[in-house]
Amino acid sequence: MWKLLQIELYKIFKRPRTYISFAAITALVGVIQFGLKVDGNTYIEFMLRDLSATLDIEGKVLNGYLVCYIILQLLLVHVPLLITIVAADLISGEANMGTLRLLLTKPVSRTEVVVAKFLAATIYTFMLLVWMAVLALFLSLLVFGPGDMLNLKSGYIVQLKGSDIMWRYACAFGFAALAMLTVAALGFFLSIFAENSIGPIVATMSVIVVFTILSTLDIPVFDAIKPYLFTTHMIGWKGFFDVKVTENNEAITGSVQNMGKVLQAAGVLVLHIVGLVAASIFVFKRKDILS
Amino acid sequence: MQPVIQVKDLSKNFKDFKAVSELSFTVNQGDIYGFLGQNGAGKSTTIRMLLSLITPTEGSIEIFGMKLSSHRSEILKQTGAVIEKPDVYKYLTAYENLQLFSKISGGKVADRNQIFAQLETVGLAERAESKVKTFSQGMKQRLGIAIALIHNPKLIILDEPVNGLDPQGIADIRNLILHLSKELGKTVVVSSHLLSEIQLIANRLLIIDKGKKIIEGNAADLFDPAQTIVELETPDNNQTLSILQQSTLASILQPVREHTIVFKTHRDNIPALNRTLVELNIPVLSLQPRHSLEDYFLQVTTGNQHVEAFTN
Repeated sequence: MWKLLQIELYKIFKRPRTYISFAAITALVGVIQFGLKVDGNTYIEFMLRDLSATLDIEGKVLNGYLVCYIILQLLLVHVPLLITIVAADLISGEANMGTLRLLLTKPVSRTEVVVAKFLAATIYTFMLLVWMAVLALFLSLLVFGPGDMLNLKSGYIVQLKGSDIMWRYACAFGFAALAMLTVAALGFFLSIFAENSIGPIVATMSVIVVFTILSTLDIPVFDAIKPYLFTTHMIGWKGFFDVKVTENNEAITGSVQNMGKVLQAAGVLVLHIVGLVAASIFVFKRKDILS
Repeated sequence: MQPVIQVKDLSKNFKDFKAVSELSFTVNQGDIYGFLGQNGAGKSTTIRMLLSLITPTEGSIEIFGMKLSSHRSEILKQTGAVIEKPDVYKYLTAYENLQLFSKISGGKVADRNQIFAQLETVGLAERAESKVKTFSQGMKQRLGIAIALIHNPKLIILDEPVNGLDPQGIADIRNLILHLSKELGKTVVVSSHLLSEIQLIANRLLIIDKGKKIIEGNAADLFDPAQTIVELETPDNNQTLSILQQSTLASILQPVREHTIVFKTHRDNIPALNRTLVELNIPVLSLQPRHSLEDYFLQVTTGNQHVEAFTN
């Protein structure tokens, strides 16, 4: 298994297309940081327009923590595409190249192949998120500096102490990893049925788009299915930035307003991952390799 | 002879289509086993079943005395294969491809010297560090064979191994297969559409058509020299026919074209027949034995009329 995992990682990181995702994230984060550095105050004024009449804010609002939050809000919707490019290619790409049949004539079990490939996709996903964290959080802190973070909600603001933020980002990136892994598992599962990677990539993105629309549509008829859609839970990372407050409306350091809901969302994502990987093993073990 | 592969009543259905039907055959140790059939006859499906890429609908496969269904890993450790096109990782070099597959082939992981020795065997040592995407089809074919052999398997299964090779490449692969069998004692199963190639190397043959076994046997038995079909080209069919009809050396004479007669004889009689015709002033434009594997193959798979008439 270890050898297979090494080989899968070797293959992933030997392909130039793997680095497109890292380059895309670098470019996107860079563009957002550049925009906020040049004209960030206008953006903040726009965000606070409803509250400016009743609230007087002093100090440096646009700091590294807030910039990271803005970046995550913007990018975590698009990162699934970058994850899918690799995950949905893992089986179908090999079928297309003709290497799948060569791989499976070696004394490795199909379960091992599926698990090794998915673990490789997991490591790739984690690396992509670590790279995103380095750029979005640490580079932003370097460029914009630290400070208390204002979490802008509709109608109110949550102020988080600078010393109470880093662990929240660690948890948020961990949760984001689960969300992205769910996307990877879906792309991986669909790749078993195809002999080129375009089909599963398009299918995965289509599922995400449709589910996201269903998750966000405020039409009561869809409320019953929303809890079962993984896209409903993919934004659960934001829960780590909602805090409990005292009677004086002061944020309680180290608290999370609704940890149960965050854990439930994480649980739904984990169930999706386990289910999709198990289904991948089940289907792949029975598949006739005709490519 | 110890059987290496024993296939019994093997069938594979794809929905309503029967790709392979009740196929049984045995490959013995040291055999070069030629596997013949037209496109769509079921060769590749059978070979994929031997390598557990496809699950049989019915029947059993035993390799090295073990059931493939329950001992897949042990069997594949001792087996090397090239299936149709030898597709490898194009973005890796030849060396990297061999190194990668050596790690999961079940044998001792090959070191740098062993990998280069293997590349030398197939004539690719000089291109070891080149990316496979720069290789010709023939070079990829040779690399595929090197990957099949890297873990020193006892059984080698080659599906169309000379596809895309130039004449020298074909001769090299032919010599390599003979070397593997005769000198190293390997068992080789080889399918090819180049029947003349199979005829040159195989000691046993299996011909299948529409998924069913047509014949299995020793190559020498299939090419009985006493049953050699000869094609004679001459400007005068009628006179030649009458001379040959009086001869005891030729039988079942039949003109097949305006200047061509086909007959059956013992291969050793061809010089004497030629001499007789020349002595009787019959111009012999060409005299060719046609009892090749191709004739035999056409006869048993398509019921080729004039060949069938001469071999009954």
